[in-house]
Amino acid sequence: MKIGVITFPGTLDDVDAQRAVRVGGNEAVALWHGDHDLQGVDAVILPGGFSYGDYLRCGAISRFAPIMTEVIEGAQKGLPVLGICNGFQMLVESHLLPGGLLRNDHLKFICRDQKLRIENNSTAWTSAFAKDQEIVVPLKNGEGQYVADADTIKRLEGEGRVVARYLDVNPNGSVNDIAGITNEAGNVVGLMPHPEHAVETLTGSGIDGLGFFTSLAEKVLAR
Amino acid sequence: MPKPEILDPQGKAVLGALPRLGFTGVTEVRQGKRFELEIPEITDDALAQIEKLAETFLANTVIENFVVRVEEPAK
Repeated sequence: MKIGVITFPGTLDDVDAQRAVRVGGNEAVALWHGDHDLQGVDAVILPGGFSYGDYLRCGAISRFAPIMTEVIEGAQKGLPVLGICNGFQMLVESHLLPGGLLRNDHLKFICRDQKLRIENNSTAWTSAFAKDQEIVVPLKNGEGQYVADADTIKRLEGEGRVVARYLDVNPNGSVNDIAGITNEAGNVVGLMPHPEHAVETLTGSGIDGLGFFTSLAEKVLAR
Repeated sequence: MPKPEILDPQGKAVLGALPRLGFTGVTEVRQGKRFELEIPEITDDALAQIEKLAETFLANTVIENFVVRVEEPAK
């Protein structure tokens, strides 16, 4: 599988995401925000960072980057898209996912090893996990508080669209401890924690995140 | 402005600082943004366009409300 990783001005986890894609057995394709070209990739990752310095709102300016036209169009037709951290913020700003991400309720940037439960393993990005599998991956954000109106939360919970939930500690005040969600079709996933930093034992953060980068291949093989 | 039902952590932090500074009697603080856009001429078309750009770009209407106001620049 060819998985594109888009670099925006101020992105900082693109190289880690590319590496995670390769460790996961896929081909990583570097994509540029200013192009109108997805280079025929089978899936797209919007990596973490501080695109456009988080000016206006996190992800609000990147959401209108040239390449996002193709990403949004593709996502609506079923292209698998994974947004991590700043990428998740871009996905809510694009309205590909519902709700919004606000400043952490405690107002401080937080960086910790975060325990999560993968509650939906039927998305394009989580099929390698067992249902309700518990994993630990790094989390680092300043504006990671997931919010949505009561009806949206009810729908997300009712339709099993909460992909990952914080366990033990809610690090940012997210409603219902929500760490990640998916769209109705299950091809678009937004996640605040960083699985791409937990794919090799060498870096000491475990390999619990690897499933996000092997799921696509498994899904295709299972067809 | 953040919508009324959205918790505003920054406003809460400002509110928390007020008593420490000796300002009492304030029960709620909410923090928003103000953008000043200059246009050569105020027309219905221009205002409609500004309304649209506020809705699609300057504000995220999932979490924020906005108001467009016309002001003449100080001479």
